[in-house]
Amino acid sequence: MIPLSCYLVLSAILFACGVTGFLIKRNIITIFMSIELMLNGVNLSFVAFAAQWHNLSGQVFVFFVMVVAAAEAAVGLAIIIALFRTRETLNIDQVNLLKL
Amino acid sequence: MLHLILFSVFGLVCVVGAVNLLLQKHPINSALSLVVVMGSLAVEYLLLGAEFVAAVQVIVYAGAIMVLFVFVIMLLNAGEEEHTEGSRVAWLLGIPGMLAVTVIVCWALLMHSDTRTVSLGALPGPPADIAQLLFHEFLLPFEVTSILVLIAIMGAVVLAARPESAPERKEG
Repeated sequence: MIPLSCYLVLSAILFACGVTGFLIKRNIITIFMSIELMLNGVNLSFVAFAAQWHNLSGQVFVFFVMVVAAAEAAVGLAIIIALFRTRETLNIDQVNLLKL
Repeated sequence: MLHLILFSVFGLVCVVGAVNLLLQKHPINSALSLVVVMGSLAVEYLLLGAEFVAAVQVIVYAGAIMVLFVFVIMLLNAGEEEHTEGSRVAWLLGIPGMLAVTVIVCWALLMHSDTRTVSLGALPGPPADIAQLLFHEFLLPFEVTSILVLIAIMGAVVLAARPESAPERKEG
């Protein structure tokens, strides 16, 4: 038997790691991975609450979050490829303008 | 007891993987530690009894999405990240700030939580029940996400395609 708060603390730590990576990383792909980490942290708290309240809707919502994350990853990585083609760099400090 | 040990071990693996993602300089190392995080999260889902979510986590996240990431890292030949003035400011402000926020959130969660506990496999959620829910109550959102995925596929193809003046493409 584990308190629900343990799962929530783990989820909060994962989310905080994601936010920290989003702030300190300079590589656009790593920033993208930090966003995925944040989504995973939120998914864990969804499943923990679903188990807490014996309600399966939380799991269905996790499924939708995963679908959106997959779509986001596909489009985002395509944008990164298009960006790399024009800028020849992945460092976001050099990608701060929309126009070349 | 077994539940507590499994939770602690895989939670620790999860946190270590997430911190390793932040510390690594090369994106491919970060991607591989993200795979570790997702794999151990799948075990946490199994501990909660969410078998469907655990399977989808492994297949979609650790499988498909991370393969996409690794593929793009290799395709773009991403090297180690360079550090600039902005990144030093982000280190100095970001890490203490996030540490403070994390400690406050964890403190609030641990202090103000009631004594409810989650037992091993608490969620009686076989995939059949989830399918019942997904295709009856959530049918409209399900169809909307299918349209979203279709649009995302087309968008990815259009964005990643070479510009139309590519020399190798000729009208036949």
